[in-house]
Amino acid sequence: MYSIREALSAFKRAPLLTGLSAAMVGLALYVVGLFGLAAFNLGLALTSIEERVEVVVYLRDDVRQSEIDLALAELADIPDVARVRYVSKRDALERAQQDLPEFSELFGGADVNPLPQSLEVELRPGSRTREGVERVAADAGKYPFVEDVRYGQEWVDKLFTLRRIGAVSALVLGAAFFAVAALIIGTALRIAIFARRDEIYVMRLVGATNGFIRRPFLFEGAMAGMLGGIMAWLATWATYRGVYAFLFAVAWIPGVWVALGLAAGIAFGVLASGLAIRRYLREV
Amino acid sequence: MIKLSNVSKEYPKRGFALRDVSFQIQKGEFAFLMGHSGSGKSTTLRLIHMADRPTSGEVRVTGYSSDKMPDREIWKVRRRVGCVFQDFRLLPGRSAQENVSFALEVTGAPRKTIQPRAQRLLSQVGLAPKAGALVHEISGGEQQRVAVARALANDPFVLLADEPTGNLDDRATRGIVELFWDLNARGMAVLMATHDLELVRRYPNARVLELDQGRLVFDSNPT
Repeated sequence: MYSIREALSAFKRAPLLTGLSAAMVGLALYVVGLFGLAAFNLGLALTSIEERVEVVVYLRDDVRQSEIDLALAELADIPDVARVRYVSKRDALERAQQDLPEFSELFGGADVNPLPQSLEVELRPGSRTREGVERVAADAGKYPFVEDVRYGQEWVDKLFTLRRIGAVSALVLGAAFFAVAALIIGTALRIAIFARRDEIYVMRLVGATNGFIRRPFLFEGAMAGMLGGIMAWLATWATYRGVYAFLFAVAWIPGVWVALGLAAGIAFGVLASGLAIRRYLREV
Repeated sequence: MIKLSNVSKEYPKRGFALRDVSFQIQKGEFAFLMGHSGSGKSTTLRLIHMADRPTSGEVRVTGYSSDKMPDREIWKVRRRVGCVFQDFRLLPGRSAQENVSFALEVTGAPRKTIQPRAQRLLSQVGLAPKAGALVHEISGGEQQRVAVARALANDPFVLLADEPTGNLDDRATRGIVELFWDLNARGMAVLMATHDLELVRRYPNARVLELDQGRLVFDSNPT
């Protein structure tokens, strides 16, 4: 009770200082929020490209319908596979005429359809990795009536390299921004601790326990972290609306990310104040 | 009660502040700890209050040993040992009563008892009429009385006073020392550090310990 009261009264006693601490936390978390927004949208863009990753199994012209049915059923049973579509020679021709109108004359004029029939194998979301694609391609290539298996090795490789770079930079930059946020919270709280050094001194003098001395600062850190988190959330939302309205369409980060950001703000507030007060208590 | 056994304290830059000091303070005793500036008086009091640990030797305070006491439990000693200083160390911007209440509150006194106990403590030091005054509005002698009332908050068995009259005029000095004698008459031990020889001579019944360059060079009543 004393701890909460003291933490609240610290806010009242020095609104500028605590407001500044919260604003600094907010600023640091805002940078994290912006980065999160960019990372999330980049992730969405990569996912939409990944969704187009599929394995195309070209079949020989002399394949029997029963063999096609068997391959369809067996390939669909592979855990990595979401769906298998059969594309007949005629379907392939129609699609080519639609997709490549500049060659429509060529396709239309030929007496013999040069395009092969095929099976288009769509992968499950978790399996659209290089390994997943290669696994399915190898399984499909085992059938004797398969002419060729294609999945665009080169651009699949590039896509996954890009994904990896994205993930690593998200991890490194995210960690760096969080470290900056923690440093800022720690500094702000050290100022708050310094402002109350007389009280801390008297508490130690008369025999208050370290836990008792620490608690109001932990609450204060949590409140500064939470306030900063809310500020960062609002600022990130405003930026998102601005970008959406004036620049280009972007997606808002998932609610769980927002909740995690707020929780991280509180956790960093508590952690930073805990470290700051611990260091101070060791010094006095 | 308090026992220093062959206590030395060396600071990395200053060198030895205390060398091989041994003495005991018994229950209900009144002792002056004399010496010039830098003789080791404050260091001795800090060691008894366990604000510092001896480099060698042992300080025992009501069964708590400087050798075995973990840092996290030092508060137990602090509640048994009251402390006042030359510069009072009160919380500015708060009243006399708030300063005393603060000590009670942060050491876990039940909420309902805090106000009446703070008033009783201020009465004990003769400051009840000024309980509501802000500390910067009262005289130095009165501020020191507030500090004494705060030091008594946990009903300590001993009061350590580090040059408590150093900032006071003669009249206020007498008042504070008389207050200490009054507390001593009620059973509380008092160990008061001072360099004021005239003051010590006024109280011939008190035990006198004298430090010089960190060594105990005189003890009027060794126990």
